[in-house]
Amino acid sequence: MSNKKIKTLIDLERLKEKALSLIYPDKPKISVGMATCGISTGALEVLQAISEEVQNQNLDYVLGQTGCLGFCQKEPLVDILEPGKSKVVYAEMSPDKVPELISNIANHKIKKEWALCQIVERYSPRLDGIPLYEEVGFFKKQKKIALRNCGFINPDSIEEYIVKGGYFALQKVLSGMKPEEIIDIIIESGLRGRGGAGFPTGKKWEITRSSKGKIKYIICNADEGDPGAYMDRSLLEGDPHSVLEGMIIGAYAIGASTGYIYVRTEYPQAIVKFTQAVKQAEKYGLLGKNIFNSGFNFEVRLNTGAGAFVCGEETALIASIEGGWSGPRPRPPFPAKSGLWGKPTNINNVETWANVPVIIAKGADWYSKIGTEKSKGTKVFSVVGKVNNTGLVEVPMGITLREIVYDIGNGILNNKKFKAVQTGGPSGGCIPESLIDLPVDYERLTEVGSMMGSGGMIVMDENTCMVDVAKYFLGFLEDESCGKCVPCREGIEKMREILTKISKGEGEEGDIELLEEIALTVKETSLCGLGQTAGNPVLTTLKYFRDEYEEHIRNKRCPAGVCLDLISYSIDAEKCNGCGACVRACPTQAIIGKKKKPHSLDQEKCIKCGACYEICKFDSIIIK
Amino acid sequence: MVTLTIDNQEVTVKRETTILKASEKVGIEIPTLCYLEGLPPYGACRLCVVEILKEKGNQIVAACSFPVEEGMKVLTNSDRILKRRRMLVEFLLARCPDVKAVRDLADKMDIKKSRFKPKNEDCILCGLCVRVCNDIVGIGAIGFVNRGKNLKVDTPFHLASDVCIGCGACSYVCPTGAIEMELDAMKRFRESLGSEHKCRYALMGLVSYKVCSNNYECWRCKVDQRIRDTLDTHPIFATKGIKTEKVKQYFSFLKKIQQ
Amino acid sequence: MEKSQLICILQDIQNELNFLPLEVLRYVAEKLEVPFSLVYHLATFYRTFSLKRRGRHLINVCLGTACHIRGGVRISEKIERELNIKSGTTTVDSKFSLEVVRCIGCCSLAPVIRIDGDTHGRLTQGKIPHILKKYE
Repeated sequence: MSNKKIKTLIDLERLKEKALSLIYPDKPKISVGMATCGISTGALEVLQAISEEVQNQNLDYVLGQTGCLGFCQKEPLVDILEPGKSKVVYAEMSPDKVPELISNIANHKIKKEWALCQIVERYSPRLDGIPLYEEVGFFKKQKKIALRNCGFINPDSIEEYIVKGGYFALQKVLSGMKPEEIIDIIIESGLRGRGGAGFPTGKKWEITRSSKGKIKYIICNADEGDPGAYMDRSLLEGDPHSVLEGMIIGAYAIGASTGYIYVRTEYPQAIVKFTQAVKQAEKYGLLGKNIFNSGFNFEVRLNTGAGAFVCGEETALIASIEGGWSGPRPRPPFPAKSGLWGKPTNINNVETWANVPVIIAKGADWYSKIGTEKSKGTKVFSVVGKVNNTGLVEVPMGITLREIVYDIGNGILNNKKFKAVQTGGPSGGCIPESLIDLPVDYERLTEVGSMMGSGGMIVMDENTCMVDVAKYFLGFLEDESCGKCVPCREGIEKMREILTKISKGEGEEGDIELLEEIALTVKETSLCGLGQTAGNPVLTTLKYFRDEYEEHIRNKRCPAGVCLDLISYSIDAEKCNGCGACVRACPTQAIIGKKKKPHSLDQEKCIKCGACYEICKFDSIIIK
Repeated sequence: MVTLTIDNQEVTVKRETTILKASEKVGIEIPTLCYLEGLPPYGACRLCVVEILKEKGNQIVAACSFPVEEGMKVLTNSDRILKRRRMLVEFLLARCPDVKAVRDLADKMDIKKSRFKPKNEDCILCGLCVRVCNDIVGIGAIGFVNRGKNLKVDTPFHLASDVCIGCGACSYVCPTGAIEMELDAMKRFRESLGSEHKCRYALMGLVSYKVCSNNYECWRCKVDQRIRDTLDTHPIFATKGIKTEKVKQYFSFLKKIQQ
Repeated sequence: MEKSQLICILQDIQNELNFLPLEVLRYVAEKLEVPFSLVYHLATFYRTFSLKRRGRHLINVCLGTACHIRGGVRISEKIERELNIKSGTTTVDSKFSLEVVRCIGCCSLAPVIRIDGDTHGRLTQGKIPHILKKYE
């Protein structure tokens, strides 16, 4: 926009005024959701088609992009904002729908069947026949704080971030507030680490600030290794400045002049967007020397991971940035006292940093009114698995699992029966149906044997085998263990071996007790969080689904129909109409039959790949 | 100064002292495998785990790295600790069934057999060799390779090292004998160093200019013999570690032979 | 502090050369004045580094939890059958390398694979042959 540095509140306000027309231009604006999920479902092709169509018809429209709105199930999402009207969000767009979409805009028509919802903008009148954003089941119970801008602004534009109030909190902080004041606000707000352990953020800042030494560091942990979790990715792709602003505020409060962000290499777009955001902030003088004329200097550096889950653990992350042996270190000393290169270091997760500017802007009081007594604010969850509406949601702490799975998630896929929700990644646990009314907060989840973790929430149905789930997690941890300490390196392998045995029908009496003993040893004696929580998948599935383990061991049966050695495929002669689709799909020619007559499956040739089950439209494949 | 109780015995030590060091002071033995005086605690073997009594659920920590606190109550041999330690030894016994150091530990704890399938390793991955080579000798000829159950200690690409100075410190600290000095390998020194032929104690930084006049047949060397007789530790630690009486004597001896 | 750039340096090298050759690693150690054993450690510790040459196109099958629950293993097996290779290896004609990754962060679209920079989600076994054909 302009090349002038932003040094005062007036500079900021002036830029906001000028940039207003970016978000609210005086011509129709079309934005395509271009986060990684959008692109994977074809958003790029949709954007290209729109661009071509607009050119062909000589239309004077503004084209843009936006981040993840959260309703990933419905991607690609396209929103249309006509001047003075409510924004309409269209779901599941594809290039072939584009011509009609564009001509509708030109003729001021709206195709209601394609519309997901409308978003009222600056008191625009409500459009008929389209649900409001707040009325859509998926969005209704959400409260977006960390995700406030995702899907609503162009993440490539620092100006749009400023229009939405960005960097005003930083200006407030640097216009005379004392670091101790800021730390007090964060403490009073009740904000707790959103990366997993939930340590009170303000307290951590305080400890780091008061640790000995002039040189201090802050780090943003963007390693997000929990499979099933992608809130940090979406935040960095959809609103990188919210994280950056939080980091600058935190650095000032703690007394750090250099900050690092550690992003996993599997998130290339997040790396690009954040790097871009840093450059933009530097250009405007919001990063670098003498920010807002306060005398405060701060710079940010980016380091990437290279494929190691353990590097999400804070001491291993520090070791990875330092470049030496890549493994965790004994704590104490904690990083707040002695971290990066031995200096006091404050590490916070992406989502934690993103909450900071809002808390400063709206106050600790406002924030602490949201959530439960000990878990304030909101949490972003990735609701995935066997649920109808998959996506990223941000809800107030205290909402129940039932509300998340049924109201937001719209129930179980294919009307199957709900079995469990897995939270906290490989460090967490499975919560069964009997606890579905559990309010979600740090304490409650830990009480039932799981944990909040980074917010991955994987919904499982009756066809999910809990022994298989435990085996899966232990297999993951086995691959990711750094190998430094004996219990984790040896114990996890042993647990995984026993689980493999059980899933093959070779389990014996005493296996469960041995599993429990190993799990406890690994949990209590491991060096770092990876090992210390490695027993959880085993311990929680045993706690709530012991009978399933026993069924595998005593009766060599897998009730969910998953463990390959214990199931077999067959064809239901009554449902099969002989269409032959499965014959073509089968890689080993195990299915035979005459046309239009029920087919049969040769068990000897069957490799249980599931191709027939996937392709059969008549539900004739039985898995037992 | 801080006062705490370990196994009901009171002990007073400086702040920042580890539980392990405090236990030594009152003669309580806690088993370790990866701990070495002179190196920062590593925390890999976990054998030194102890129980700290707390109001709401006791805490299990590694004694080698955990600092003492005023009023702390530590148990080094509680039922729970013994159970955990036994399983750790079972893990090690399964991994290295023929290693004496592990078998001795098992015997001490009355463990006849491990419940787990035996492997055939002789390295317990304590990391002492790597840490000594990197942090004390300062060369880094060997390092860790891979991770998890595939973790091992090796030279890059398993090639004969061209930076190893033959100091033997790795072999000296190894608790299992998995690393051994190969006298044959000293051939490389004879061939590669040309007319320089620096004594390996010179390469360790212990002697300033001593040239080897023995064709690297150290077992016949008077310097080597004298050093072994004088010190109660590996020579490399003498310069970088503890300044015991014997070490002081060693340095005065060195001065003499350098004249 | 140059040591903190090691991972990024190795990544840049691998992006150029497809893998990390021995001599290049030795050179890096020399130039940065760090032990060769350290550079080798990093190259073998981190999953995304490869000491062996890989195919022209890298297929990453995501086996994160959501992808696992929604059939990721079957997709992986289907690719193995189609290309006649096992995970962790390269096709004979050096066209494709197949590796497991956990996780890419596209959990809503499970099961997911990534080929070079392209992410393909909402997969079924039936879609695989068509997707593979797109790559030269």
